[in-house]
Amino acid sequence: MKYYDKLIFELSKPGRIGFSLPETKTQLPKGNIWRETPTGLPEVSEVDVVRHYTNLSQMNFGVDTGFYPLGSCTMKYNPKINEEIANMPAFTGLHPLQPESTTRGALEIYVGMDKALAAITGMKHFTFLPCAGAHGELTGLMLMREYHMSRGDAARTKVIVPDSAHGTNPASAAVCGLEIVVVKSRENGLVDVEALKPLLGPDIAGIMMTNPNTLGLFERDIKEIAKLVHDCGGLLYYDGANMNPLLGMVRPGDMGFDIMHLNLHKTFSTPHGGGGPGAGPVGVSDKVLPFLHIPRVSGFHGNFGIILRAYAYILMLGREHVKMAGKLATLGANYIKESLKDCYKLPIPTVCKHEFVFDGLLEDNGVTTLDVAKRLLDYGFHAPTIYFPLLFHQAIMIEPTETESLETLDAFIAVMRKIAEEAKADPEMLHGAPHCTPIGRPDETTAARQPILKYD
Amino acid sequence: MGAFSYFPQTEEDIRIMLERIGVGSLDDLYADVPADFIYKGEYDLPSAMSEQQVRDFFEGLAAKNTRLKVFVGQGAYDHYVPSVIPYITSRSEFLTAYTPYQCEISQGTLRYIFEWQTMICRLTGLDCANASMYDGPTAAAEAVRMCVASTKKRNSVIVSARLLPHVIETIRTYAKYAGINVVVTDKVAEEVAEGVLDLAGVIVPSINRFGVIESHLGLADLVHEKGALLVEYCDPSALAVVKTPAEWGADIAVGDGQSLGIPLCFGGPYVGFMACKEALMRKLPGRIVGQTTDASGKRCYVLTLQAREQHIRREKATSNICSNESLMALWCTVYLSLMGPEGMRKLNALCYEGAHYLHDALLATGQFERVFDGEFLKEFCLKPKCNVQKLQQALLDAGFFAGLQTEDGYVTFCVTEKHSREELDQIVEIVKSI
Repeated sequence: MKYYDKLIFELSKPGRIGFSLPETKTQLPKGNIWRETPTGLPEVSEVDVVRHYTNLSQMNFGVDTGFYPLGSCTMKYNPKINEEIANMPAFTGLHPLQPESTTRGALEIYVGMDKALAAITGMKHFTFLPCAGAHGELTGLMLMREYHMSRGDAARTKVIVPDSAHGTNPASAAVCGLEIVVVKSRENGLVDVEALKPLLGPDIAGIMMTNPNTLGLFERDIKEIAKLVHDCGGLLYYDGANMNPLLGMVRPGDMGFDIMHLNLHKTFSTPHGGGGPGAGPVGVSDKVLPFLHIPRVSGFHGNFGIILRAYAYILMLGREHVKMAGKLATLGANYIKESLKDCYKLPIPTVCKHEFVFDGLLEDNGVTTLDVAKRLLDYGFHAPTIYFPLLFHQAIMIEPTETESLETLDAFIAVMRKIAEEAKADPEMLHGAPHCTPIGRPDETTAARQPILKYD
Repeated sequence: MGAFSYFPQTEEDIRIMLERIGVGSLDDLYADVPADFIYKGEYDLPSAMSEQQVRDFFEGLAAKNTRLKVFVGQGAYDHYVPSVIPYITSRSEFLTAYTPYQCEISQGTLRYIFEWQTMICRLTGLDCANASMYDGPTAAAEAVRMCVASTKKRNSVIVSARLLPHVIETIRTYAKYAGINVVVTDKVAEEVAEGVLDLAGVIVPSINRFGVIESHLGLADLVHEKGALLVEYCDPSALAVVKTPAEWGADIAVGDGQSLGIPLCFGGPYVGFMACKEALMRKLPGRIVGQTTDASGKRCYVLTLQAREQHIRREKATSNICSNESLMALWCTVYLSLMGPEGMRKLNALCYEGAHYLHDALLATGQFERVFDGEFLKEFCLKPKCNVQKLQQALLDAGFFAGLQTEDGYVTFCVTEKHSREELDQIVEIVKSI
């Protein structure tokens, strides 16, 4: 990657244009409601724009450039056919308020996706309005509240969240007006059923579970947990961020979950786009079905373009290949874990699912998880998810996905081993990593204390 | 079932990996899952298709849609998409990147978000903007939450009834579960002056759902006197030519970036934006990019002020938003770079010209009455004197999506720079024939 230092505003020169529009002599009115101040937009030619953004793109890492061992993010390959289909003018040209008689093809996609996701998850039906995973969580919790309100059970205002949960779980609960009760995990990383029991009561709306959890461990007590929560009158919410290892193996609906979301940009291969657009469809069991239509959480029909891509992926997988997806993801994670546990601290040694967590280097040379992560960038890999989950101080959370070959995993393992050697030989060098990227470590403190959030 | 193009593992690879792990089979990796949870049935999915079959399948669905010439706005505007944009946004390095947490290998994403934040600030006139929201309606709902969070012990908001219906509905949804009291009214200023004791915020449209450009003269002072915040919901494309939220004294501006060159795409993905005055900076939801330097003094960009966000603050975060609509923000940023000040002026002049031509020609047919006196830009509403169903069907038969009926019984039209004079004349002829 080469360093390129311009902002589009710095290329601006008065009189240059990058647009091509029909001529007009019309002048807009002046005064009162009309703008009199300049817009401050850059004046650049079309070729300036193309070169500038191409140069910017070359300072970026993506799934197409290399491997992302990024825990809980499921950075799988994004098939190209999906892009072509999503860009077909017959789909991109549809106005969201067009009469139904003119959008039958688009509507069939929703029907087909609903059926496919129901088959994969064991839920009854899905709403496609949520635009991301956290948006799905929020929508799901709204449904949980609707369910209780419909029964006159207004006192259920608390939701239980395990200490290993994704940060979005408690945040979504708070936005939904629910109070959070944290349930601890045991030494083995699983939810402590004994600690859960005293938390259950008439004020509990439900529990949010990620299964497998953020340590990559299957919550094997889920049957008992489901019974306890249901017996107390609560509902079970399934955080689909970690659905990938269960794809083709286990259905959340069969485990007793009442509401769930899926991240189409994780499990169903749609590109992450540098932080979206994603899609977070929410599925429900029979019990919650009557409320599915209630929350209007976004403008029109959700992120249709993303739903299209995910549908194309499901059709490629079909009922045959879907059975291998989760298994191969799990295989890759366990392979990395077993190949590195002699140089990285493995707090929970059991078989994992799609991801697992190291707690820093085995040997303490003062080299931190951050150092390891940054050094990986020098070797052409993205960093794993670090310092999460919060259960371990030096957490390194690794998730390969089923689209990575044995050779890629071996190359990653070799580099991780090399970094462990470097940590012994030259810890200073690691503290200063990365050394080969377009920029070095940033001054984040100044960025936050004296924020510069726009170009002046 | 044989090999699959997205799964690179050969049988030999699988054997090697299982051996390293020390288990006998792939199924053994699921030994910790209670046996009755392992799905043993056949998944009720179609049989795997080849790439060509998938393409044919979607072409079949595409043929079931009717492509129409779109003369309706109502929150989704049919502007021309310059051909440069999809080429840039489909570059793998942007498209397949993760959220830019590892800034050393994400300067591309971080840089365009910084440019987007700058452009949103310049269009709205406000001090800071975030990296994006899901869409305009959710940005409005988050702005309402922000008003409540930024004012002490205040829990009510006044929402203009002249906002688009789906914006009002989304605000109501978020407010309902957060316990925020929402007052939807046609008479915003009167309501601010008289009613609502614990007023936290007021949200009004820059251009309302009837297409009328609103004057908010004196409104901000009135709202601020009550100790509340003013939010303006705007069409960012129009902000190039209409008075900015900052000029009206608004504290927060939100809206949908779709009008900045994003295809209609049946409603999404679009992108919400949010900008605010500096005093509210740390109350913003979502991601924010800031400028800093690296160890060697090079200018660079990072995600900053993360102490507001869910992955740090969990339930105390300003919002639960995590993934946003980053690539769509790039879409708009490239669009605004291409258009520049002159392009945006000209585009709006073309919209104005076409919309006023159609407006006057439709009135001249005698089939409509004018109901709104205010000035408009590209979208307008008229009161129909003819049979609306018959009108819509006739337009539809000729390939036009126009004359959508609003909940008040008016019909709405929207003209953009894409539309030719011939098309406008065709619409008028159809109207005359009703």
